Amino acid sequence: MIPIAVIQETAEALMDKAAIEIPEDYHNGLKAVAKVETGSLSGYVIKAMLDNYDAAKEDRCAMCGDTGTPRWYVKMGNETTIEGGPVALEAALRSATANSTKRVPLRPNRVHPLWRTDHNNNVGIGAPEIEYAYEPGGEWIDLITVHKGGLFGTDYRMLFPSDGIEGIKRFYLDTLVAFGKRGLACQPAIIGIGLGGCKDTCMVLGKRAACLRVVGSKNPDPKIAELEAEFKQLGNSIGMGAMGFVGNSMVVDCHIEVGYCHTGGMQMSMHAFCLSSRRAVARIFADSRVEYRTDPDWFTDYQRRETVGWEGVETADEATV
Amino acid sequence: MDINEVELSTTPDAEAIAALQLGDIVYLNGLLYTAREGVYTRALDEKANLPMDLPSESATNFHCSPAATIREDGSFDMGAVTATASFRFAKWLPEWMEKTGAKLIIGKGGMNSAAYKEYFVPNGAVYLSTVGYGTGALLGRGIEKVEAVHWEPELGIAQAMWVIRCKRMGPFIVASDLDGNCLFERENAKIAKNLERVYEGTRPAVLKRFGETDDREDELIG
Repeated sequence: MIPIAVIQETAEALMDKAAIEIPEDYHNGLKAVAKVETGSLSGYVIKAMLDNYDAAKEDRCAMCGDTGTPRWYVKMGNETTIEGGPVALEAALRSATANSTKRVPLRPNRVHPLWRTDHNNNVGIGAPEIEYAYEPGGEWIDLITVHKGGLFGTDYRMLFPSDGIEGIKRFYLDTLVAFGKRGLACQPAIIGIGLGGCKDTCMVLGKRAACLRVVGSKNPDPKIAELEAEFKQLGNSIGMGAMGFVGNSMVVDCHIEVGYCHTGGMQMSMHAFCLSSRRAVARIFADSRVEYRTDPDWFTDYQRRETVGWEGVETADEATV
Repeated sequence: MDINEVELSTTPDAEAIAALQLGDIVYLNGLLYTAREGVYTRALDEKANLPMDLPSESATNFHCSPAATIREDGSFDMGAVTATASFRFAKWLPEWMEKTGAKLIIGKGGMNSAAYKEYFVPNGAVYLSTVGYGTGALLGRGIEKVEAVHWEPELGIAQAMWVIRCKRMGPFIVASDLDGNCLFERENAKIAKNLERVYEGTRPAVLKRFGETDDREDELIG
């Protein structure tokens, strides 16, 4: 059983890390971009951002004043139990979010949509979001916090099979150009694209593609991996860089995730995980050991499975035979 | 192209502002205040009295809400400060500038050149953009002291009016000048020449949307 105190303590440490420390994969990705950026203003901006990451770490200060909308992704091995159960887990994550907002400090961004009530702790109705996934085998829990910026760079469109790859490219460019102007998307960014699913799952897929995969990762479908590389190159050939200045750095990496969709449709969502790509991950084991890492490792073969059952796991159909 | 760096007071004189060129990098010294939706609503729509003497105390308006907390003893802990997108405040800015004599408007994304010509230039004001929009920790190093927070009980931490004494706070980038030129529009125009080639081989969606623009030279800010 995973002790609830260890969960809350780890969650608080993750909140700090996400806000303060740029993940290594994004940091390396931006350094690579800095080397090839030809625009002088865009290059200046990227250099300032790299300095800013160092300043944030040295001063233990949030790297960006807009500390996004903190949320949680929770993944568990099939044998995991939590002291106090799932309700205690959710209370611990809400407490960690509130406590860290005051301690780091984070900007208390979360308000009521109509009454603009602010509890000054990033907690409220539906906030922070907590999403779950499970993996076969094992007694462990992964806590992942993502503090994505919330206002610009994301869009959704219902495309159709006849739109084809050319239609997908059009919407991709439309979104990059629209939100890239004046740098509203806070590029260079990790671009996540969700294809398929239903409207809600398409948005979820694209957001996870942006926030839960590391720079340099590839989709296991080789044809999708090719598209990812092509889209990265296409985005960087617009002629636009950081802050919408002339340059060639819009996309640090492009990740595409797919889900089975209605036979008549081809849903598409776009998400930009910005210059302050805030994410932090830890795995807690039953013996209270905690391992911190930066790769959420969310999209496993199991999460992307196409089959009814899963190898080595008996379904109810099979059990009753 | 060399990047020109200058230091500027938050109550700058007319000559100092006139000397600024698009793309210059600015570091600020003096007192500035933050103002976003809540401050304009309270000061202009609800006609509350301004809690500071403007512009004599400060002529610098930062579209920002900091990552900050108020300690139990009433003191402040402010870490990162970052701008928020300014175009959303366009409906209040002309009246604000007239009332407060603001000369430096700092934020994210800038305004359009029509706005600069209509009410920045007549007020002798220019727009400074934060750099990359995410250099919160660097800007945080420029905070010498948080002098006060106004209207926090009514507006909350994120929307309150924070008064910050800054010492070489920056970098900021000059995004408009006293002729009403706009740095972002200049850059957009250069990029627009390339767009047709980039879009080559793509196809418009089979199902259209009610949209406000299909012209890729247009911007989304109003």
